[in-house]
Amino acid sequence: MRIAGRGLDPEGAALAFSFDGKRLSGREGDTLAAALLANDIRLVGRSFKYHRPRGILTAGSEEPNALVTVGEGAGAEPNIRATVQELHDGLVAVSQNRWPSLERDILSVNDLFAPFLSAGFYYKTFMWPRAFWEAIYEPIIRRAAGLGALSGQPDPGRSERAFAFCDLLVIGAGPAGLMAALTAGRAGARVILADEDARMGGRLLAEREEVDGAPGPVWAAGIVAELAVMENVRLMPRTTVTGAYDQGSYGALERVGHHVPRAEHLPRDCFWRIAAKRAVLCGGALERPLALPDNDRPGIMTAGAVRAYLNRWGVSPGRAVAVFGNNDDAHRTAADLCDAGVKVAALIDAREDAETDLDVPFHSGAVVTGTKGRLGLTEITVTKGGNSHTIQADCLAMSGGWNPSVHLTCHMNGRPVWDEDLLAFVPSPGAVPGLRVAGAANGTFSTAGCLAAGITAAKEALGELGQTAPDIAVPEAEDRPYHIRALWAVPGKARAWLDFQNDVTVKDVTLAAQENYRSVEHMKRYTTQGMATDQGKNSNVAALAVLADATGRTIPETGTTTFRPPYSPVAIGALGAGAEGPGFAPERRTTSDAASRDRGAPMIEAGLWFRPSYYPRPGETTWRHSCDREVRMVRAAVGVVDVSTLGKIDVQGPDAAAFLDFAYAGTMSTLKPGRVRYGLMLREDGHVMDDGTAARFADGHYVITTTTAAAGQVMTHLEFARQVLRPDLDVQIASATEQWAQFAIAGPLADEVLGAVLDGGFESTGWPFMSHGAVAVGGVAARLFRISFSGERGYELAVPSRYGASLYRLLVAQAESLGGGAYGMEALNVLRIEKGFITHAEIDGRVTAFDLGMGRMVSQKKESIGRAAAGRPGLLDPERPQLVGLRVKEPDQALFAGAHLFEKTAEAVRVNAQGHVSSNCWSPTLGTHLGIGFLTKGPERYGETVRMVDHLRGAEVLCEVCHPVFFDPEGGRMRD
Amino acid sequence: MRLTCPFSGDRDSREFSVRGGAVLERPEGEWSAEWDAYLHLRENPAGESREFWYHDPTGTWLIVTRNTVTHEVLSVEPAREPG
Repeated sequence: MRIAGRGLDPEGAALAFSFDGKRLSGREGDTLAAALLANDIRLVGRSFKYHRPRGILTAGSEEPNALVTVGEGAGAEPNIRATVQELHDGLVAVSQNRWPSLERDILSVNDLFAPFLSAGFYYKTFMWPRAFWEAIYEPIIRRAAGLGALSGQPDPGRSERAFAFCDLLVIGAGPAGLMAALTAGRAGARVILADEDARMGGRLLAEREEVDGAPGPVWAAGIVAELAVMENVRLMPRTTVTGAYDQGSYGALERVGHHVPRAEHLPRDCFWRIAAKRAVLCGGALERPLALPDNDRPGIMTAGAVRAYLNRWGVSPGRAVAVFGNNDDAHRTAADLCDAGVKVAALIDAREDAETDLDVPFHSGAVVTGTKGRLGLTEITVTKGGNSHTIQADCLAMSGGWNPSVHLTCHMNGRPVWDEDLLAFVPSPGAVPGLRVAGAANGTFSTAGCLAAGITAAKEALGELGQTAPDIAVPEAEDRPYHIRALWAVPGKARAWLDFQNDVTVKDVTLAAQENYRSVEHMKRYTTQGMATDQGKNSNVAALAVLADATGRTIPETGTTTFRPPYSPVAIGALGAGAEGPGFAPERRTTSDAASRDRGAPMIEAGLWFRPSYYPRPGETTWRHSCDREVRMVRAAVGVVDVSTLGKIDVQGPDAAAFLDFAYAGTMSTLKPGRVRYGLMLREDGHVMDDGTAARFADGHYVITTTTAAAGQVMTHLEFARQVLRPDLDVQIASATEQWAQFAIAGPLADEVLGAVLDGGFESTGWPFMSHGAVAVGGVAARLFRISFSGERGYELAVPSRYGASLYRLLVAQAESLGGGAYGMEALNVLRIEKGFITHAEIDGRVTAFDLGMGRMVSQKKESIGRAAAGRPGLLDPERPQLVGLRVKEPDQALFAGAHLFEKTAEAVRVNAQGHVSSNCWSPTLGTHLGIGFLTKGPERYGETVRMVDHLRGAEVLCEVCHPVFFDPEGGRMRD
Repeated sequence: MRLTCPFSGDRDSREFSVRGGAVLERPEGEWSAEWDAYLHLRENPAGESREFWYHDPTGTWLIVTRNTVTHEVLSVEPAREPG
């Protein structure tokens, strides 16, 4: 019911919205919860387990009951808290966890089965028969329990992420937070003030209080206006600081697009990482419900929420409101209701000595022992000294005291401490380094106290940063003491809810204690108390008190569970913002990328790089057609492929040669300028890390290459060698992978291509195999290497990257004019398998130089990384699987990489495995399927027949063991 | 988590990768028990720990001293003085 003239925006514009298909009207500035209450809608959802009718319990982000689905279709968002969702024109909200309708929910029969669904029911009730659990019980329970459902379609909404830095992060913009931000802002510090609410002011917006003679909301607006014009202050409304992490890192969720009709350009959320030198937590406090019998009916809410709806939104949640509490907040609520002209049906105070000046039916030393009303409260029972009577009421405001919002102080293992006067946990000082706590979050419950604490906290924080804050007078404000008497659960026959969201009652907790789940951690897991999306904000302390009572211990003795991030739910889409689809990882593209795509080449990912698989020509229907043609083309004419993705590292300095001798298993210091040498790099444990070439340009200058896959790893490894292992060497290294575009030109006609492309033509004399030197292409200085990964006469031509695209087109055009052309990764792979050249399919991290038949490449004349470990007897054991070639006995049978090798007649089980196939292909050159792999004592077994078994693909193939170089074993084609 | 790189200043942890306990004395000669310890054995202290960290954007190896219990970073030094 809206009260005319009340609220912060009494003249706010009307907004149309719908709930469960009903067209309703709210007011600008409303939350969905406020608008529903203004329309006298009290029933908004069904509970998780028992499908009990539920209403709105709170007015903030701690709301456990009023979860709704907002929006329609694929973009509908479930489990939105109606107390947080701001109303906008055209908002569509639907209730959850009910069928067929909110009023008539079939599964509310669960409530009748409540005796069977108590704490730990799934450990007891559904034990027999055993086979029923997975097949029948679990699916049924999962269906029955739950909250909102996702649409099942891809989410069209998107989120963003962002980063921010500040001297002082102020979390919460209530009286303490505003003063902290103002103090630091005036001092000139870089300040971020974040508040989960759309409007800053905190509790001041919900109370009838004056600060410095002005109404609280007016005073708050004045401070916010001053902060807003400070360049050093960033105001972040609608931003919940969700977690505190190491070294002043904070996570924060900003709701960007929820409060307006869905707009294409507007992200839904923005997840912030804030690096703050210091922080002040002014997160306020949350009011506790009271565990009285049947305390979960729609219409029963916290007293503070009733005041918030009344004072901030001009809405009375009821026409006859009963107020029940164990502290002064009950009286404050009754006073505000009276002031607004709402009937107070009763004011019930559990304290014997309580008094009131209000003209309302007053019951001191009394408790509420029962409630009635199926879909909404109609009546309460008040009991005093054994006498009970009923009172008609459609709303019950209850206050069980306040819990400081200590959550963030627990995120780094801090344990809050029990305060016997407040009957609440307060933060332990220093729980999060650099974070102070001020105001109600620290147990300071008077407004004047909060204002003063905010100033002090900011001054102290700035002092640590060496900044001086100006003196700011503490504004005049309410300074009442806080009186509370312990009252956690009101006894009674009916169930009294502690955790509304997970349907945990007082009985469940006492049952847990009875069954010896006495530790608070055990009780939590047994009953699921505190494990819903509200993370126990409403229930933890009361549940702990009930457990303490049931086990005869004090609350501090019983202990407390801790709070982990996030403070309130964060959509996975917000955490992963920008990382879905193609944005999941950066993409690296070569300079020939466009040319390859123009030719219709399907691209394959190699790490972050995209490389062409093959270049289909008209009439070719499968990748094999294209691949076979490209292989034949390279063997018979000439092919061009982009090899820029291989890592290139420039090594310079007087000790460059000594450094490479140390980094490579082989010797690079004896290499002459103008020559190239193949080398293996080992890890310190003696296994092969990578292979590549080193080209010497001058005494103190080399350029080395790595494989595409290991480029980053090798760079890190070499930096480690340079900085940590050999700081004595005067050498510098730099990655030049992206600075040079490099193309392989391979085939018998490679010289002709070069002749047409290089300035001054090309004459191969003076360019022996494994040589390199300077050339020019179109006036551009280029590097030419005579090396080969195909087994053909081959060169690699490198130009600065900006010339890569045009050089590639030029090379391909020349090759095509000679009957050759571009080839892709598939053909490159076949060409190298035919030659027995290794890749990371072979160098899989478990392989040694010995296994590759390259044991002699580990020089014993000098020290190198991995040399000592490679000499371990176990790594030189002749029984180890070693590199071999495999040739199928029946030509139409294929080998499979990953398949295991067995003796011809041995059973294909693990203990009999003698090795595996690492690479395989169809060889168009040799007209057969080939493989290379590793086989126990392989080199001794050439000519022997072994059996490849692939249990995954159901394949068994006999193959002959042979030398891994299938084609041109003498190497004449590439050398001469 | 944040680390203060001696060259790049206060940086987010995602720019760094850790390589484990900082053992600086690399053994000499053939395989030995010292090699085994150097390669495989690391303390797992509850408290102060010296570790190798790599700052990816600048390629700098660092020795980070930090407390594994409180996560407090006590010092960040370059593994090799620049030059």
